[in-house]
Amino acid sequence: MNKTINQKAWFLVLPVLVLVAFSAVIPLMTVVNYSVQDTFGGNQFFWAGLEWFDELLHSERMWDALGRQLAFSAIILAIEVPLGIFVALNMPKKGFWASLCLVLMSLPLLIPWNVVGTIWQIFGRVDIGLLGHTLDKLGISYNYTQDFLAAWATVIVMDVWHWTSLVALLAYAGLQSIPDAYYQAAKIDQASRWKVFRYIELPKMQGVLMIAILLRFMDSFMIYTEPFVVTGGGPGNATTFLSIDLVKMALGQFDLGPAAAFSLMYFLVILLISWVFYTVMTNLDKRDGL
Amino acid sequence: MDWMAWTLPTAIFFGVIALLLLTFTVLAIRFPETPRTGILRIETTRGDRLFITLLGSAFINLAWLGLVGADQWYALILCLIYAVAVFRWV
Amino acid sequence: MTDIRTDAPGRTHDAIPGAVTASPAATTTEAARPRRAARVNGSAIVMGLYLLFLMLPIYWLLNMSLKTNSEILSTFSLWPQNLTLANYETILTDASWYMGYVNSIIYVTLNTVISITVALPAAYAFSRYSFMGDKHLFFWLLTNRMAPPAVFALPFFQLYSSVGLFDTHIAVALAHTLFNVPLAVWILEGFMRGVPREIDETAYIDGYSFPRFFVRIFMPLIASGIGVAAFFCFMFSWVELLLSRTLTSVEAKPIAATMTRTVSASGLDWGVLAAAGVLTIVPGALVIYFVRNYIAKGFALGRV
Repeated sequence: MNKTINQKAWFLVLPVLVLVAFSAVIPLMTVVNYSVQDTFGGNQFFWAGLEWFDELLHSERMWDALGRQLAFSAIILAIEVPLGIFVALNMPKKGFWASLCLVLMSLPLLIPWNVVGTIWQIFGRVDIGLLGHTLDKLGISYNYTQDFLAAWATVIVMDVWHWTSLVALLAYAGLQSIPDAYYQAAKIDQASRWKVFRYIELPKMQGVLMIAILLRFMDSFMIYTEPFVVTGGGPGNATTFLSIDLVKMALGQFDLGPAAAFSLMYFLVILLISWVFYTVMTNLDKRDGL
Repeated sequence: MDWMAWTLPTAIFFGVIALLLLTFTVLAIRFPETPRTGILRIETTRGDRLFITLLGSAFINLAWLGLVGADQWYALILCLIYAVAVFRWV
Repeated sequence: MTDIRTDAPGRTHDAIPGAVTASPAATTTEAARPRRAARVNGSAIVMGLYLLFLMLPIYWLLNMSLKTNSEILSTFSLWPQNLTLANYETILTDASWYMGYVNSIIYVTLNTVISITVALPAAYAFSRYSFMGDKHLFFWLLTNRMAPPAVFALPFFQLYSSVGLFDTHIAVALAHTLFNVPLAVWILEGFMRGVPREIDETAYIDGYSFPRFFVRIFMPLIASGIGVAAFFCFMFSWVELLLSRTLTSVEAKPIAATMTRTVSASGLDWGVLAAAGVLTIVPGALVIYFVRNYIAKGFALGRV
């Protein structure tokens, strides 16, 4: 796009800059400061050097949390992306039914995260929840507060319930942009359903799918509220993901030093993924611009 | 400002980063940036390469700390080599 | 799949074979019709099942909220046997409950106003001008949208405690600007780039000053964008729990925190908990119809 070069535009950006500097830069600087010090309550700090980083890099606790986190993100992506595409392909394109589907599908996306947790907490209980009760009646032992597998299944199904619609809506937006002429051409060539998907729909959805995957990865990577409400990170540490572990350390035990070191490493990973996201976005913009 | 718990090393660290940003801004004014495509096959400008360098250096330092452990200064030397490589080829 | 796209193309490709030759046309339409009916049903079944999966848990929450606590615990029923609104009454008459909603609404509104106000000019700058460091700035904003609140919870707690803003609405509102300002800037930029530059230039030639042009001409043009951005700011602030819980204790305690704390304290008043949950869904559900076509765009930061 042809934008004019105008350095005065900085003045328009200034308010945002000041505000975000206040709410992002100052806290991050503080985190860096804390990460190299030790504190025994009050505001007394002692130099600790790289001790916390060293300790965390060799602590099983963090690697375990990271492992669980990656496993969780991988599983939900593996479910949500194909399912989302599948749903998008089956959505009506126009009229009343399309609107109804859009509205109903958007609903889970707009529910406060702790309420999402509450919903599944209730839904999965054996005594009062439909899901738990049904499973119990079917003779499947299911208890998400005691059983490792049940806890994971609940957290994953909950995330699928919560966010698959996002992937579906994005894929749907991609599908909507395909001109009818493409389908008619495919029809004339007597292309199979699979070929239509593979050579028309999938390439056209590529951009939005990339966005969907990255967004889902980022958001699942920092998930906190939903599993916290449902399982509280348990049983044991089975569903203690990175954010839950970090909050435990920072606000539960008030271990400023280790928590800050943890935060920094966490943030570095986020920074890396954000950069990938941004690079993908700008490349897409460029391609669309041409 | 008390609660931020400043220390000399972290102050120097941020000072260096600020200085780098300043230098690159001045450089950008003097010699306008031209994007080029390097081995990562993405367009980068000088500022992008600075970012890649800094982020990569952070990971190099962490890796050094986790795998080798002793003498963090060697990690910094490694970072310098990495920086040169980034500015040359990316 | 192609067949159910819309009614119109379905009719057109029925017509195409018919126009070319007569005899194959009869066979294709003959063969296509039942297949199409089957496929339409296939999609309908898929969507039906998916929507059922989405709605069941929500229905269950609603169902619980309309039962008495003793009914919840004693009998298992798919719908309330003795329909009661007592749970809602509890919430709407007990200050410790309804103040949670009031607090949430106050800081969410503050946050939305702040975010949109500062984001508008910035988004305009990003969409119209290129200036030194613009791309890096844009990227930096994105990193804040992506930053995990858990990383910021502790320093925010220290920061707002030290400036004496702990447990105030403005503290939460400011904390939420961390991800909402970037969100608003990105969404608005996405909408603004769709407005042709010629409009700006014409207005300047007509002698409009920048502020007058911006408020009188430009803002009405991107009104839907502003609406969407405001909606998303509202929503992300509304659904966030960690920061709002960390930064408040009594005076500004949000409904989300009230809910989690009640669970851990008594743990048994399921009816009231469910009713509280239902009430938090209401604001989103009220506007959902108006933003239905922009949900994807908003979540994708204006890039779809």
